[in-house]
Amino acid sequence: MKIAIASGKGGTGKTTVSLNLALSLSDVQLDVQLDVQLFDCDVEEPNCNLFLGFDLEKVEDVVCPVPVIDQEKCNICRQCSDFCRYNALAALPTRVLFFPSLCHGCGGCAVLCPEKAIQETHRSLGVIEKAKGKSSPEFYRGLLNIGETMTSAVIKALKKHIDSRKTAILDAPPGTSCPVIASVDDVDYCVLVTESTLFGFHDLKLAVGVVRALKVPFGVIINRWGLGDSRVEEYCKAEGIPVLLKIPNDLRIAELYSRGIPFVREMPEWKEKFLDMFEAIKLQLAGVEEEIT
Amino acid sequence: MKQLTVISGKGGTGKTTLTAAFASLAKNAVIADCDVDTADMHLILKPEILEKEDYYGFEVARIDPELCIECRKCREFCRYGAVNENFEVDPYGCEGCAVCTIVCPNGAVSMEQRVSGQSFSSETRFGPMAHAKLGIGEEASGKLVSAVRSNAKKLAEQYHKDLIIIDGPPGTGCSTIAAITGTDLVLVVSEPTVSGIHDLKRIIELAVHFMIPTVVCINKSDINEENTQLIENFCAEQEIPVIGRLPYNDIVTKAMLQEQTLIEYTKGSECLNESEFSDQVCQIWARVENILMGVQDKQKGIKTLKMKNL
Repeated sequence: MKIAIASGKGGTGKTTVSLNLALSLSDVQLDVQLDVQLFDCDVEEPNCNLFLGFDLEKVEDVVCPVPVIDQEKCNICRQCSDFCRYNALAALPTRVLFFPSLCHGCGGCAVLCPEKAIQETHRSLGVIEKAKGKSSPEFYRGLLNIGETMTSAVIKALKKHIDSRKTAILDAPPGTSCPVIASVDDVDYCVLVTESTLFGFHDLKLAVGVVRALKVPFGVIINRWGLGDSRVEEYCKAEGIPVLLKIPNDLRIAELYSRGIPFVREMPEWKEKFLDMFEAIKLQLAGVEEEIT
Repeated sequence: MKQLTVISGKGGTGKTTLTAAFASLAKNAVIADCDVDTADMHLILKPEILEKEDYYGFEVARIDPELCIECRKCREFCRYGAVNENFEVDPYGCEGCAVCTIVCPNGAVSMEQRVSGQSFSSETRFGPMAHAKLGIGEEASGKLVSAVRSNAKKLAEQYHKDLIIIDGPPGTGCSTIAAITGTDLVLVVSEPTVSGIHDLKRIIELAVHFMIPTVVCINKSDINEENTQLIENFCAEQEIPVIGRLPYNDIVTKAMLQEQTLIEYTKGSECLNESEFSDQVCQIWARVENILMGVQDKQKGIKTLKMKNL
């Protein structure tokens, strides 16, 4: 089962929920111990491992194919530069220039070139790393190179490491655009983390739009509960969206977060709550299954 | 004309709150909300839309089932796995590269424009504002950021404004890059958490990569004094000025719930804590303005530095 943790707004607690859920589910002391994989899909700013402190090893380089133009063969027919949708190729009177940072690696220029003057090589977009040895939870993350724009390609490469026999928790990036779609697309369930403030509520509605468009079953966690007002709860009630958990606006939780400590480690009573939430998600999914059959 | 972008790398550090406060303090500025994924500035500034324009992102391939001979060429050449077994294109997977149109032997594939969002030029109680709304799950938010910035420039020319204040998106990817390139100054809003420090380092690396002068402000500085010190030390090492610290204060949330900037909310407040907080924000803004005036002058202003090992 694949569960993504997302939210439109940044800073609402996605990483906190991902970590505490993954740690609760993979806790050896409890009788429900599962094989859990945690994926940090926020490849622009991956933060999960700051809380886990695993030794990481590189498992793969994420690359994007890019053209290499043989200037000897090229007769500057301009077909490649006219075709490129990303303006990565520019034909000058004497040669064709290539801007690697704009290239999406579609390969169209090589297909088109009538002189067979275009070969392909690779440019690095980032890396996929994994926690060394046997860790609990099993942990993978992607890291986008600084100055690189192809976030979704790194996320897609990261998701190839999901083992369908295990429970996978995906910590998604903030927002509602391509990187979020790349993370949430094809998961079984999505948890939307929000706070009940003006911005939090506005961005939650956008995120709900995304998961509905992708037809992914979802529920809401209200973080910093007690801060702000009741608008999120009223909205969820009106829309029939389950509120899975309320995490209070607790100074101790904020302080543990600031020190890089997942709060279930210091407040073990929360493990049960995360496990109950996991059960509630399974029940909700069973209900969805029933509706379909 | 000068341009300032407020970024953080990490979400939730207080970018929009600060930018909105700056909007109410700046005397002659255009506001640009470049967090196009989840634009929030309009909730506080309540812009009156003057002009609206449809925004077209990348095109999407469409396969005409009448013409498709199921030769599989499009599936074979699509590097994004966007064509399914029934020869339908997944609009979320398609990158709009058009390779399928050139490999199809029967001319069954065409590229279609799609409205991916809207950009707006507006009027607010603090002056003109450029902003946008990206459609759900749309690509190319970087391209829309560029559209918002060009609208902001037009507004600045039209209304003779000498500054554009840009609220940037979280992260270090495509839309953040579009929001900072070619600006005169980047203000990074950081928070003293382990994640905040990590994200600050990456975002500073990004600003250095694009050679943009950078200053830092630490928000919620009292939630972890030790980490605040680490940020200060790091910035000192990198010779990046820290131009202010703001303590955690729930007036930020209170002002937001009233749909006001915190400068408006604390105006005439009898409460010492509130007026002190608001004074600190005013001081940070005064420093930003001074630096912007001096950016041209490398002697008095600040310089971009080659990053040491991060």
